[in-house]
Amino acid sequence: MSQKKKVEDVLLLVPQVKYKKSDGTLYIMKERIVFMLEIKEEIAVSHSFYDIKMQKISPEHKPKIQLQLVLHDGNNSTFHFVNKNGLQNQIQDREKVKELIQSILPNFKRKIDTELEQKNKVLTENPKLLQLYKDLVISKVLTSEEFWSIHGKDLDKLKNSSSKQEIGVSANFLTEIKPVNDGCNVFKYNLTTEVIESVFKAYPAVKKKHSECVPTKLSESEFWTKFFQSHYFHRDRIITGMKDIFAECGKIDDSTLRKEIRRNMNDPLLNISKFGDNTIEDGFCSSSTSDQKQDTNIVHQSIIKRFNQHSFMILKTCNEDKNHQEEVDKEKDKDKNSSEKESGKKHKIAEVDEIIVVDEKEQQVAKKRRIAEKITYDDLGDDTINLKATSNRAANINLDKLERYLYGPMPSSQDNVVHYNKGKEFSLDVVDHTIRNNFSAWSQRITHKQLINPNSAVNVLGELSPGGLLMSGYQDHNLSQFVPIDVEKEMGNLYLSASELLKEFWLCFPPINADLEAKVVKMHDTIQRFNMSKVKPFEDRIIRDLAPLGSQLMSHLNLLIDTALRKFSNWKEKKGNKLK
Amino acid sequence: MRLTVDGLLVYFPYDYIYPEQYAYMLELKKTLDAKGHCLLEMPSGTGKTATLLSLIVAYMLENPHVVRKLIYCSRTVPEIEKVIAELQNLVAYYEKHSNEKPNITGVVLSSRKNMCIHPEVCREKDGKLVDAKCYGLTASCVRERQEYDETAPSCQYFEGFQNEGRESHLPIGVYSLDDLKEYGKQRNWCPYFTSRFAIVQAQVVVYSYHYLLDPKVADIVSKELAKESVVVCDEAHNIDNVCIDSMSVRINKRVIERGSTALVTLEKMVQEMKEDDQKKLQEEYAKMVQGLRDVYQARETDRMLANPVLPDDILREAVPGNIRHADHFLGFLNRFIAYLKTRLRVQHVIQESPAGFLKDIHAKVCIDRKPLRFCAERLQSLMRTLEITDLNDFGGLTVITHFATLVSTYTQGFTIIIEPFDDKTPTVSNPVLYFSCLDSSIAMRPIFRRFQSVVITSGTLSPMDMYPKILDFSPVVMSSFTMTLARPCLLPLIVTRGNDQVAISSKFESREDTAVIRNYGQLLVETAKIVPDGVVCFFTSYMYLESVVASWYDQGIIDTLLKYKLLFIETQDSAETSYALMNYVKACDCGRGAVLLAVARGKVSEGVDFDHHLGRAVLMFGIPYVYTQSRILKARLEYLRDQFQIKENDFLTFDALRHAAQCVGRAIRGKTDYGIMIFADKRFQRQDKRGKLPKWIQENLTDNYSNLSTEEAMQLSKNFLKQMAQPFNREDQLGLSLLTLEQLKNNEKEIIEKHLKNQAPIDI
Repeated sequence: MSQKKKVEDVLLLVPQVKYKKSDGTLYIMKERIVFMLEIKEEIAVSHSFYDIKMQKISPEHKPKIQLQLVLHDGNNSTFHFVNKNGLQNQIQDREKVKELIQSILPNFKRKIDTELEQKNKVLTENPKLLQLYKDLVISKVLTSEEFWSIHGKDLDKLKNSSSKQEIGVSANFLTEIKPVNDGCNVFKYNLTTEVIESVFKAYPAVKKKHSECVPTKLSESEFWTKFFQSHYFHRDRIITGMKDIFAECGKIDDSTLRKEIRRNMNDPLLNISKFGDNTIEDGFCSSSTSDQKQDTNIVHQSIIKRFNQHSFMILKTCNEDKNHQEEVDKEKDKDKNSSEKESGKKHKIAEVDEIIVVDEKEQQVAKKRRIAEKITYDDLGDDTINLKATSNRAANINLDKLERYLYGPMPSSQDNVVHYNKGKEFSLDVVDHTIRNNFSAWSQRITHKQLINPNSAVNVLGELSPGGLLMSGYQDHNLSQFVPIDVEKEMGNLYLSASELLKEFWLCFPPINADLEAKVVKMHDTIQRFNMSKVKPFEDRIIRDLAPLGSQLMSHLNLLIDTALRKFSNWKEKKGNKLK
Repeated sequence: MRLTVDGLLVYFPYDYIYPEQYAYMLELKKTLDAKGHCLLEMPSGTGKTATLLSLIVAYMLENPHVVRKLIYCSRTVPEIEKVIAELQNLVAYYEKHSNEKPNITGVVLSSRKNMCIHPEVCREKDGKLVDAKCYGLTASCVRERQEYDETAPSCQYFEGFQNEGRESHLPIGVYSLDDLKEYGKQRNWCPYFTSRFAIVQAQVVVYSYHYLLDPKVADIVSKELAKESVVVCDEAHNIDNVCIDSMSVRINKRVIERGSTALVTLEKMVQEMKEDDQKKLQEEYAKMVQGLRDVYQARETDRMLANPVLPDDILREAVPGNIRHADHFLGFLNRFIAYLKTRLRVQHVIQESPAGFLKDIHAKVCIDRKPLRFCAERLQSLMRTLEITDLNDFGGLTVITHFATLVSTYTQGFTIIIEPFDDKTPTVSNPVLYFSCLDSSIAMRPIFRRFQSVVITSGTLSPMDMYPKILDFSPVVMSSFTMTLARPCLLPLIVTRGNDQVAISSKFESREDTAVIRNYGQLLVETAKIVPDGVVCFFTSYMYLESVVASWYDQGIIDTLLKYKLLFIETQDSAETSYALMNYVKACDCGRGAVLLAVARGKVSEGVDFDHHLGRAVLMFGIPYVYTQSRILKARLEYLRDQFQIKENDFLTFDALRHAAQCVGRAIRGKTDYGIMIFADKRFQRQDKRGKLPKWIQENLTDNYSNLSTEEAMQLSKNFLKQMAQPFNREDQLGLSLLTLEQLKNNEKEIIEKHLKNQAPIDI
């Protein structure tokens, strides 16, 4: 550190400070904090502000006045202020340092934090990556930089994706709160933040109530206790009286529902009340078909209503995108207009009519389209028309993790996937198109006759899955049943890390330039290190613990690693030959 | 494509055709040639409407003197709109591919609430109110008043039509409801009356059954339609109920109350008129003395409802003396209403024949049969004399007079039932007098007599031999078509027991059994687990639905169900149900998936299609029998047994199964569609039930799909879904279930032979 010849401004100089029991002076500079020993005049400690995570001070009543700097790597340095002029001055010294650091630190913090945060985020969001990180970096197989240079693309991807997709509301979030009876007439409800969030999302009225009542009128737990006693939770309860604070919420919900119902009568094919084309008097019909309201159980009716309402609310939470917002705004305008109209402002009527006319036009077009959709037969008609019709309807899927959609849940980072990710919008068409393109190359390799058609393939798959015809005598005895779960898990992790390393290793072949060659060597070393530090101990253990199976379990992994090592030695030999 | 059907050139507006469509055309052609009636069943989703329209239009163009007009009746407004859209399609195809534009005018007619463009009137939501308001603006007396009173409200559109519209024809073309409205706005003509006027000339008329079947309406709207017409009743599986409805009357306390208040108003008005305009009443009386029945030259606007009895049954006589005077008539009505009131004050259920009723009324209040028969018309005449424009208040009285006319005209095929209370709530007094038609052929017979060919068709008419009996006609062709399929796109399953081997059934004895309800719930949950997108369930009745949902809630089944899909339930409130439906569609569209619980015979089961992803599985929980304790039903069953030799059980099963088939058929709307149909009731596996399902379902319902447990059914469904999810192209269908023109020509004989073999025998 002392090589730095650059002259730095000293912002603060505090003498009479002890660090590890040796006296010295604390310098605070623009970018770092330095402690210089008094005796030797040499720098004992120098921390860049980039490395400092936070500072801590000793509690007031403690005799020693100390300040501790906690670094990002977990180390810390403690400085003891020993001003001879007494306690008061010691505190003053420390306050000065503290305040200065406090003011400087944020400038550095942000830069470092954003990057770290991102990395952290990537790791927490991808448990597999986290596992890799644990295996490779923390066990020092790879350095952190190396790790990130390999997996940097995940970081980039994260940076690219503008916003995270929101997690929807599960339909049965209320039932996830399972009451636990502890045996003495006490129910305990297990309420998580997710559930609370779901409740708020699905029932805005409850959220409103919550913000009104908590914490002024009720405590948090009281509020939720009331919630669990309310009709929201026990749907077979009828809202009675005003005692319940949620009675009002129920009313709000009902009125919004009624409004929604009135507003949403646009689809002619679904509006049951407009199906009938008979306008004659009620009395002209026989009883069998008359739709007189039957007197039915009011509790049952309210349950049904609640279920419907619950589903409406949940569905509403998922399509609150921009479009919807616009629509709502428009509706609001209309509502406003109509309310004005009702209040008798005649001059508005012309305008309102105009809006209605426009709306009618839109509705007519929409209606026409709906009817046309219903009467077209995909297979009878022209292809072109159908394509148009279907492409209009098909909604674009916005997938966060495309590979999960395409390949199922397995780690896959093939190039084409990355390629898709670059395009910001995925439409099924595009995916379909690329897949088709890729597939067209296949047919050149395999003759058509060898390919079985999808139907029989599915048939065969069906027969081969448990319960199928060909599986009648089959019993599901494979290794996985004999291996304890923890071993299985550990082994999975081992595989994950190994395959990741091996992938990197194999990617270097053929090593055509110096960079790649260097990387090959490095990867080889890494693999060897991994083999020694992780694989071997594990192997020894399971050979010991799971006597007959152990070697069998590990054979594949060993084979993988051996192949790589052999490849490397071959390559090295060849290279040596070449050099000769 | 242009194809020849038995020598007739038919333009079919698609490039391909299904074999069954071709066979259907052949049968239809036979019927038209024979000038007879026919009964045709073809599965929903095989393009029935397009087939019907293209053949009949081609026939009409070829033989303009044999068939002049096509009257296409359907059930609901959306269906009517679909038909007219198909017709537009067809005409567009003609224009594109033939040298001359076809000389075809197609009009749709619907009630005023769907057609009105008057800025104020059309705001009304209730159809009755729209009608009444329209009458208030367009009745001839109102218009006379407008002539000297400028400020009196009038309808500019009607006036526009009155001044210009009658002289000119609609330009050739096909007009949907929106087109007519648009046209009306342009021309300043009333779309409703334009359409009413145009149906006389138009070659194709599309409207709802009521305009043809209900004598009250038909006599006004459809009176002048030519005899050389082909009447198509689409979705006709329920036609007998429509017939019965159109002839029945129900009178409860409210109707009586409204009638009495209306009567008081009338009396007051007569009194007032006597004071200032004695002349008019005198005139009316004088004309009646002379024997003129229709005192006023009836204009189309003046008649809202015609005589409720069939035209043949109307007495061609002068109005009897004792009701000629307005005062006398009102007194007469007063007595009649008082009599009805006493009849409603019963303590126990009474069932009697119309003859018994007439005898009783004669004995008690000295009312003869004859004046009763004129009641409906006499009231209309009086109201016109009094220049009453607000018809809405007189609805109750109209119902009562119609009842009087009906009960005195028909002694056969009707019954009167007076129930003092609802069976479910015996403590609440709610007396209702039902005057119920028992014989659906009464309303249908004049249609069969009057028109050259009547085509009764639907996706579910099985068992077909029932319809000729209950509608009393002899079809020249009776045929059921199956669906030729390149892949088995429907999977009917009969689930008879749950995983715990408890037999599941909705029959009365076991319907409250929690084990049965739980098993139904588990079946639904399992289905929701494996089926993507939409699942629809039908219950036998609303009551049953409610109680099952409540027990499912208690058993925690709803909670598990919600884990997989959202839940929507049909309610008795149609607005709420519509909203639930819309959300159901939304949930299916966005991929979240949903379950809809609905009721067989309910509005959802009758009018909403669940095509493609909206209904990948339909479950029918139980057999949807009608409420068999209903006295009206019992009376009808008795009548059917005595008159048509139909066993009670046969009819009940027939009725239940057509509804079941209707429900499950909602999910399959085409050959590219696919769906699972689960019949969850032990009784479905019996041959007498299974054998009555439509042929296109039966064909796919082999024995290995019958008598399954929940688990077995799920196993089959899983395999089915895997297969169906494979890409399905036109190439897979071609030649099998889809034909090009050449293939059609090559296979013509085969198709004909195959369908001749399948044809149901006709017993005449």
